[in-house]
This record gives sequence, C-alpha cells and structure tokens, in this order.
Amino acid sequence: MAKVLMKGNEAIAEAAIRAGCEAYFGYPITPQSEVLEYMSARMPELGRAFVQAESELGAVNMVYGAACTGARVMTTTSSPGFSLMQEGLSYIACSEVPAVAVNVMRGGPGLGNIQPSQADYFQMTKGGGHGDYSPIVLAPSTVQEAVDLVILAFDLADKYRQPVYIIADGMLGQMMEPVELPELKPPQRPERPWALTGAKGRPRNIITSLQLDPPTLEKVNLRLQETYKRIRENEQRYEEYMTDDADLLVVAYGTAARIVKTAIVKARRDGLTAGLFRPITVNPYPYDALRRAAEKAKRLLVVELSAGQMLEDVRLAVMDKRPIHFFGKMGGVVPMPEDVVDAMKKAMAEA
Amino acid sequence: MSEAKEEKIVFQRPKALCDVVTHYCPGCLHGVVHRVIAEVIDDLGIQEITVGIAPVGCSVLAYNYIATDFAEAAHGRAPAMATGMKRVHPELVVFTYQGDGDLAAIGTNELIHAATRGENITTIFINNAIYGMTGGQMAPTTLPGQVTTSTPRGRDTKLAGFPVRVCELVSTLEGSAYIVRRSAYNPSEIRKLKAAIKTAFQVQMAGLGYSLVEVVSNCPTNWGMTPLESLKWLQENMLAYYPLGDYKVKDSVKELMAKK
Ligand SMILES: Cc1ncc(C[n+]2csc(CCOP(=O)(O)OP(=O)(O)O)c2C)c(N)n1
Ligand code: SF4
Ligand SMILES: [Mg+2]
Repeated sequence: MAKVLMKGNEAIAEAAIRAGCEAYFGYPITPQSEVLEYMSARMPELGRAFVQAESELGAVNMVYGAACTGARVMTTTSSPGFSLMQEGLSYIACSEVPAVAVNVMRGGPGLGNIQPSQADYFQMTKGGGHGDYSPIVLAPSTVQEAVDLVILAFDLADKYRQPVYIIADGMLGQMMEPVELPELKPPQRPERPWALTGAKGRPRNIITSLQLDPPTLEKVNLRLQETYKRIRENEQRYEEYMTDDADLLVVAYGTAARIVKTAIVKARRDGLTAGLFRPITVNPYPYDALRRAAEKAKRLLVVELSAGQMLEDVRLAVMDKRPIHFFGKMGGVVPMPEDVVDAMKKAMAEA
Repeated sequence: MSEAKEEKIVFQRPKALCDVVTHYCPGCLHGVVHRVIAEVIDDLGIQEITVGIAPVGCSVLAYNYIATDFAEAAHGRAPAMATGMKRVHPELVVFTYQGDGDLAAIGTNELIHAATRGENITTIFINNAIYGMTGGQMAPTTLPGQVTTSTPRGRDTKLAGFPVRVCELVSTLEGSAYIVRRSAYNPSEIRKLKAAIKTAFQVQMAGLGYSLVEVVSNCPTNWGMTPLESLKWLQENMLAYYPLGDYKVKDSVKELMAKK
C-alpha cells in the first residue's frame, strides 16, 4: 500500500479501525482530541460504535462493557484522563477482558499543560490502579510505529485477555509523518466463549471481578500472574541502535528516543561513540536485553521527559555493574539534540 | 389408591431465577424484585438475549440469582457499561440493577448521561434510602431527619442537603422514554411493579429510549426494624417524599402499550 502523510493521533485512530476496532469511547482532552474527532466521523460511517462519553470514567466503563461482549474496543486520552480511568482498567484486568487504551501524555502533575511529557510512566507500567495487575505497555517513537503497535495492541489484548496500553506523548500525537496502513477489512472476532452475548445454546456467562472468598481471589491472582509470566517470556520488544561499539549506552523510549538518535549521530561526529537502547515494550521491560547491552558499554545515560521514572527499571536491569547517569526534562519542556549531546559528554567526563 | 387428578401449577420458580439461597437479609425486598425481574424475563421469553449488570451494593451478587449473562460493574458505572454493551450488541436486552448510593451518588453522572443519550437500556433502581452494604450510612435518598450511621442525629439538611428524587430528575431528560416509580410492599404493588418492569423491557426492545423503574424499597437490617415494621415505615415515610406514579411516559411508549 502507498504511504500517506498523517498526524500521529489520526494515524492511531485509523490503525485501530484497520485492526478491526468495533467500538470507540473517549472524552476530549488535548493533545489527544484528534483521535476522538477522527473516530466520530469514521466509526459511524463503517457502522461501528462511537460514543463521546460524559467523562473518562464513562469512557473506560463503556470500554469495559463493550469488552465484556467480546468486541475489539479502544479508548484514548491524555494524562489527567488516564488517571480517571484507573479504577476501570483495574476491573478490566481482573475480569480478563481485552481492551486497548492510549495515553497521549502531557505535562503534569495536576492540570499541568498540553506539551509532550513522559511523566505517566510509573502509572502506566506499574499498574496505576488498585491491585496486582500488570498491563502490557507499548512505546512507539514514530507515527508508523504507532500504527504498527496499535495493531499489535489489539492482538495482544485478545491473546492475553488483558488491557494493553500505548504510551505516546503530545509530540507523537501532533506530528505528521508518512505511514503505511494495512487494508481495511470488516472486523473479525476470534472465538470468545466467555463473552456476554446472551446465553443462547450455552451455559450463561458471568464476568465479575468480585471474589469474596480469599482462596478464590488468590486463584484469580495466581492466574493473572501466570499470564504476566507468559507475557514476560514472549512479548519483550526493543531496538538497539549503534550499540556494538558504543562506550555510552543511552536508554530512552518514545519521543525521547527520537531526540537521542539525532544526538548520537552528532556526538559521534565529536568522537563520542554512543548507542541507543530503546525499549518498545516498557512493560514487560526488556531487563535481560538491556543488561546484555549494558555489559558492552562503559557507562549508561537514561534520557526521559520526566524526573526519571524509567530510570528505576534501568537500575533494576543493570544494578551497579555500570555507572548510570540521568538527563530529564519536565513540565512539557522538550530538550534539543544539542542538550542531549551535552548530557552525554558530561556523563562520559564524570568520574 | 386415589385416581391421579390433573393438577394445575399456579406458582413456581421462574426459569430465569436461580434455585439458590440468596444472601439477602430476611424481609429485604431485593429478593422480591429479583423474582419479579425473572418473571418478566420468562414472560417475554428473553432469557437468552438478556445481559444484566450488577452494581456495587447489597445486590452486587445479583448475577448469582438472575439466570442470564451477567457482568458486575464498578460502583456507579453500570449505565456506562450497559452503553458499551448495547452499542455493539443492539439485539441484546441490557439492564442495570442499582441501589441509591450506586445510582444517585457516585454514579449520577453515568445515569444522567445514559438517560439523556436515550440509550436503549433499562435500569431497575432500588431506593432503600440507605447504604445497605457498607453498614447503613446516609444515602443520597436518605430522608430529612432519618438516622443512619453517618447521620447519627438524623439527616440535617443544613449539613447534608436534601434527598434526590431520581424519577423527577431523569424524566426531564429528552432521551428518557419511560420513567416510573413503584414499590413492592404488598402483593398489589408487586403486581404493578411487574407490569412496569415488563413495559420498561418492551420499551427497550422497541428502541424507544431509556427506561427506568424505581422501586421504593426497604432495608430492615440497617433501618433497625423487623421486616413488617420496615414495610410500615416505608409506607408512612418514604412514599410522601417519593410518590409512586408515572413520571415520564413518552407518546411512543403509550402507543406501544396500547398495542400490547
Ligand atoms: C469506588 C468505591 N467507593 C466506595 C465503595 C464502597 N461501597 C460499596 S457498596 C456502597 C453503597 C451501596 O449503597 P446502595 O447503592 O444504596 O446499595 P444497597 O447496598 O443499599 O442496596 C459503597 C459506598 C466501593 N465499593 N467502591
Ligand atoms: S443490608 Fe439491607 S439492603 Fe442489604 S440485604 Fe440486608 S436488608 Fe437488604
Ligand atoms: Mg441503598
């Protein structure tokens, strides 16, 4: 298929449609609103469900309802809205129904601002809501990758019957890039014997996250943990860029990783051999792959649009085997590649 | 041996009601309303196309008693969940079953907006003027002066405001089609309740918009009364603030009822 120039948010929306998303529920919030607007036109046109919900609480619970019936369903939001969705996402995880949620992150905390940020990393990768659940979190760094990962998100949600998140940010949502989209096909549902579709010719189904009996709830939790183990074993994804000869291994994801790539090329011109390790799944985090990559380098630098959240996962992977430096910007401030080059030089100069 | 006489069954458990012991307190009307819903499901022959949504509240386990596909919602969110279901499966009959705290406090927003969108779903609303499940705290529908565990001196409207009248509120919304208040304190009221729930489901099946049947109910346990005392208190106190009746019956619904 030919490439088309698309805005990140619109590409995310169209990718969901191509992935067979049957229902979309959302609430306006910058810098995500174009997804909602795009879906408001496209979904009804295709005979699929679209509702502009009364709030993100409404949206996530509409997602929950549609997911219970076995439909492929998505919501998108930005940071404050994602906070509101946490209770619902916890229910979705416990009930083991598939759903896709996209967070086009903005500056926080509080109302913050509408500029790009990566400060919801903890909330997204460590659960965010109550209870022991662990969502799959995919981190695109280009519009094309956003398309590919949205499609993957639906497949993984189906496969593991868990919520899958896309961790994006205002930069990715708002930028335009050429993308290639898969063919538009009518939505197809895999076999879902658990779905609530009316108990015709089968015993009735009940979907609940309530288990009053502790050993029974423990069993549910053990099954969830088993799922997360399978996910860890099978779904870790990452990219290595110029790591073979790198003295400095920079670790970054999403928009930050784009800036780092440019910085690496610049730094190499100045004689600093740097490489990039870019997690694509930030949960499950590619700890082992990062550890191996780190062993080839002398030092590490973590770059994030936050106070240092993924930094903790890098420390977990590398422990004290290599010095780990950090460079971050907060509040919607996006660093220039030159700022990152400076941080790289500083990291290599420090004793 | 006497000759076998042909006997006519006059009363039996509805097919859509599970043959189990409920967890409800003796004299609680939750169980009565469950049975009425099950009878309607049987009468309409919709057991295989119905999906229920249980709330958070004493009826959180409604899915153990009403024998259709069922989901359990987060506290107050059942109307949003029902919206998600119904929008992808318009052929299903989707109903929420909610208490006053669930529907008129934490879930007011979801209720209002499902109603105003005219979602083709049905809500059975159990108004017992109290938070039953959490031990008898004030509900949005607790009457002025009513003693609860969080209004130990009686609901002081200066501090805690006034009770919400849900039917009156929801009936103002254009998307609502059939909004009525019934009770279940005696057999005649139970019969009227059954007729209303049946109409509500039929309104949904005809795609006429949002339907809600409020049931002025009781909570003998947290009201600190015997079952009989609670039914008396309901009639003497609740009905004055929550008059039974039809609050909204759209013309389209009237036409539908005339045809049935
Ligand atoms: C988010 C959230 N907040 C609070 C609770 C605790 N809670 C459980 S049931 C309930 C009140 C239920 O009262 P009502 O809806 O009137 O139902 P009833 O038990 O009276 O039938 C509350 C506050 C909860 N489960 N979830
Ligand atoms: S606590 Fe009240 S509402 Fe709950 S089951 Fe008992 S009587 Fe019914
Ligand atoms: Mg109550």
